[in-house]
Amino acid sequence: MSTSPLWARATLALRLLAVDPGGLAGIWLRARPSPVRDRLLAALPALPLPVRRLHPSVGDEALYGGVDLAATLAAGALRRSAGVLGRPAALVLPMAERATPGLAARLALALDSGAGHCLIALDEGAGADEALAPALADRLAFHLDLGPVGLREAPAFAPDAGALAAARAALRAVSVPPGAMADLARVAARLGIGSLRTPLLALRAARALAALDGRARVATADLRQAVELVYAPRATELPEPDPAPPDPAPPDQDRPETGDDGRTGAGDLRLPEELLLEAVAAALPADALARLAAARAARGARGSGAGAVQKGNRRGRPLPSRMGRIDGQARIDLVGTLRAAAPWQGVRRRERPGRDGLQVRPDDIRLKRFEDRSDRLLVFVVDASGSAALARLGEAKGAVELLLAEAYARRDHVALIAFRGTGAELLLPPTRSLVQTKRRLAGLPGGGGTPLAAGLRAALDLSLQARGRGMSPAVILLTDGRANIALDGRADRAAAAAEALGLARGLRARGIPGLVIDTGARPERALATLAGALDAPYLPLPRADARRLSAAVAAALGD
Amino acid sequence: MTQPFPFAAIVGQDEMKRALILTAIDPRIGGVLVFGDRGTGKSTAVRALAALLPPIRAVEGCPVNSPRPEDIPDWAQVPSRRIVSRPTPVIDLPLGVTEDRVVGALDIERALTRGEKAFEPGLLARANRGYLYIDEVNLLEDHIVDLLLDVAASGENVVEREGLSIRHPARFVLVGSGNPEEGELRPQLLDRFGLSVEVASPKDIEARIEVIRRRDAYESDPEGFLRRWKREDGRIRTRILAARAALPALATPEAVLRDCAELCVALGSDGLRGELTLLRAARALAAWEGAAEVARAHVRTIAPSALRHRLRRDPLDEAGSTVRVGRVVEEVLG
Repeated sequence: MSTSPLWARATLALRLLAVDPGGLAGIWLRARPSPVRDRLLAALPALPLPVRRLHPSVGDEALYGGVDLAATLAAGALRRSAGVLGRPAALVLPMAERATPGLAARLALALDSGAGHCLIALDEGAGADEALAPALADRLAFHLDLGPVGLREAPAFAPDAGALAAARAALRAVSVPPGAMADLARVAARLGIGSLRTPLLALRAARALAALDGRARVATADLRQAVELVYAPRATELPEPDPAPPDPAPPDQDRPETGDDGRTGAGDLRLPEELLLEAVAAALPADALARLAAARAARGARGSGAGAVQKGNRRGRPLPSRMGRIDGQARIDLVGTLRAAAPWQGVRRRERPGRDGLQVRPDDIRLKRFEDRSDRLLVFVVDASGSAALARLGEAKGAVELLLAEAYARRDHVALIAFRGTGAELLLPPTRSLVQTKRRLAGLPGGGGTPLAAGLRAALDLSLQARGRGMSPAVILLTDGRANIALDGRADRAAAAAEALGLARGLRARGIPGLVIDTGARPERALATLAGALDAPYLPLPRADARRLSAAVAAALGD
Repeated sequence: MTQPFPFAAIVGQDEMKRALILTAIDPRIGGVLVFGDRGTGKSTAVRALAALLPPIRAVEGCPVNSPRPEDIPDWAQVPSRRIVSRPTPVIDLPLGVTEDRVVGALDIERALTRGEKAFEPGLLARANRGYLYIDEVNLLEDHIVDLLLDVAASGENVVEREGLSIRHPARFVLVGSGNPEEGELRPQLLDRFGLSVEVASPKDIEARIEVIRRRDAYESDPEGFLRRWKREDGRIRTRILAARAALPALATPEAVLRDCAELCVALGSDGLRGELTLLRAARALAAWEGAAEVARAHVRTIAPSALRHRLRRDPLDEAGSTVRVGRVVEEVLG
């Protein structure tokens, strides 16, 4: 069995990281726990750093260190425990997709600090919407995916420690041909890579490649390989396979003007951009663009899936406790309180000699804090106008009912807004009652004009209200999209459409995720535009049955 | 990191650099918020600023950088009365910081070893008369934000622990940076920042190449690179000092006051903070440019930075706040 190219890339990335751990910052490894992954991780001791394991909910005390109370009391002098970040280390973060933005920011700071840390983020995310925080992904040189690699395609791999050490020693002396940076920057721009860290990481990778090869100068092949490793997984757009002549021309025109030194000496130093682009294209999987689109869609709908994070003192995942007063609401962190009180016992006893036992003062009180996911609220905005009624109000009702059953299972709240005639009506304020919702829905009459803007405004108001009460709203619009009644009740098709668009943008500006379901007999172009303004998925369902509709909603809002 | 990247060597990002320089000229402008994409040099610029700022004169060994011996708070035991020159403090407030680290706490070590109650000043004390920098400010814990708001408003930090009441001045320029994709900032904190800047990665390919080239030169040979840019940084520092000296004598014509007020009314920004900041920033800009008086052009240049984070969100207006400020500036100032 031949070696998988993905495996070859992974082992090369690991060796490069061992050559320049601080500079290349690390690897984003997408793979479930598997023998293949274990085989790669077994080579981690090749890194010239101690390997430290983290946990996605690692606390600040573990990261930065803190007062070691047991040692302090025993010694009678302050003893601090060392944090993981105290010394340069190869940090291994399993379940990296679950790391909070806060942890990602802390790790990003640690990587930026120049202390020489590197990070191996093991991303075990299942779908495109579950992934490493972008702040970290941006800083890590190598993005690898071991998912499709079988064990037999991944021969055992033992890095040559001597060669790596020699390469590390030689790294500083490796020079870069003039023009290489310009080429890296241009290729990055053409692949739609915005971050300026990426070309720098590619440059460092090229240097490490040259050092590994025992050369004192970066060669074209190094750049090719570096670009393939670093750029390919980050490309957000692909250049034309056969670029039109005007495309590569501007860089060539720029060169003489800026006096770029890319043409010094022989022509072999002039690195052809196309060559680098080819290398990237070769490394891209065939369905790259489809996956990009999926990733973008997932980003649009993010936050709707699980509700926003909320901090409180009642329930959820525990956070470090903090100082506070007893108010009957919050729960006291007894251990934290005792730990805060302990160092002061000597001083306090001297101050009040008469009192025996532990002296705890209000200052010592530590309160528990928890992080919780807020409840999701699905706001259904249903078009009950004449045109929609004629089409398929019944079907829409059926779909909503199916969704309700699902929402009930997930303990989501639902609200129902119907619009017809000249305005919108809140049929059902946010509730978890399935029966009530069904009853209201069944009694929903159809007929009249289509005041789409009024419906959207009601949805916006309700969503903001709900957010104020700690819920995470999402708006699901079911309509045939022929808006013909303006907000003031006039029958003005143009004004109605413009207002609906404006409100859709308003919803997007507030970060309220949405979904547009076209219930018309034929897909309506205006509605696709509206979905664009909402930044929401658009589902034309000309022959929808309720079950398909429900599946589509579940998929679009991300379970 | 040994030495930060030199300020003068940062390619482009003129608005961000200008905003930082203006706060160095007049700290009362009240801080800078830098929001933008990843990898655009936000934190690089702030850290570079530290090396650029002119030194301050303070009592030797004073934990709150008091300018005169009589300003030293009574809890601090400062043996020296000598005034020395020290670099303007630029203090990092890390995300995971505890309340005790920020405001200061009683010194546990002394309590345990000597049974004494002594105050150990926190980051706010160290940042007095300097800068407090928060990277990823939008991810800061709410209770730390509340604390900072409180201190920023009063200019004084009060700590009450173990029966001791300790207070010390805490006046600092708040600099925050963040990526809006990762979370919004609370409006109360937003309003505390005098200027707000949006940064994006440069679109111009030559600028991008230059960024990479300089960064690589810096990483390969930090000493040599710093030596090359030292003179440039020195020039900026001299200009900041000159502008500071010129600021009090700078004339503010009535028309400029009117412009500021009209702009703020047209934009519907809440309170008077917007007007004050706009005026102060325009004056600092005029001083930086060596003008004898503030002109409409200065107001126009600085208006987006001073006002874009003070607008009310309008659900029916999809344009970004920068565009809206630009539109109103065009309407009002013609």
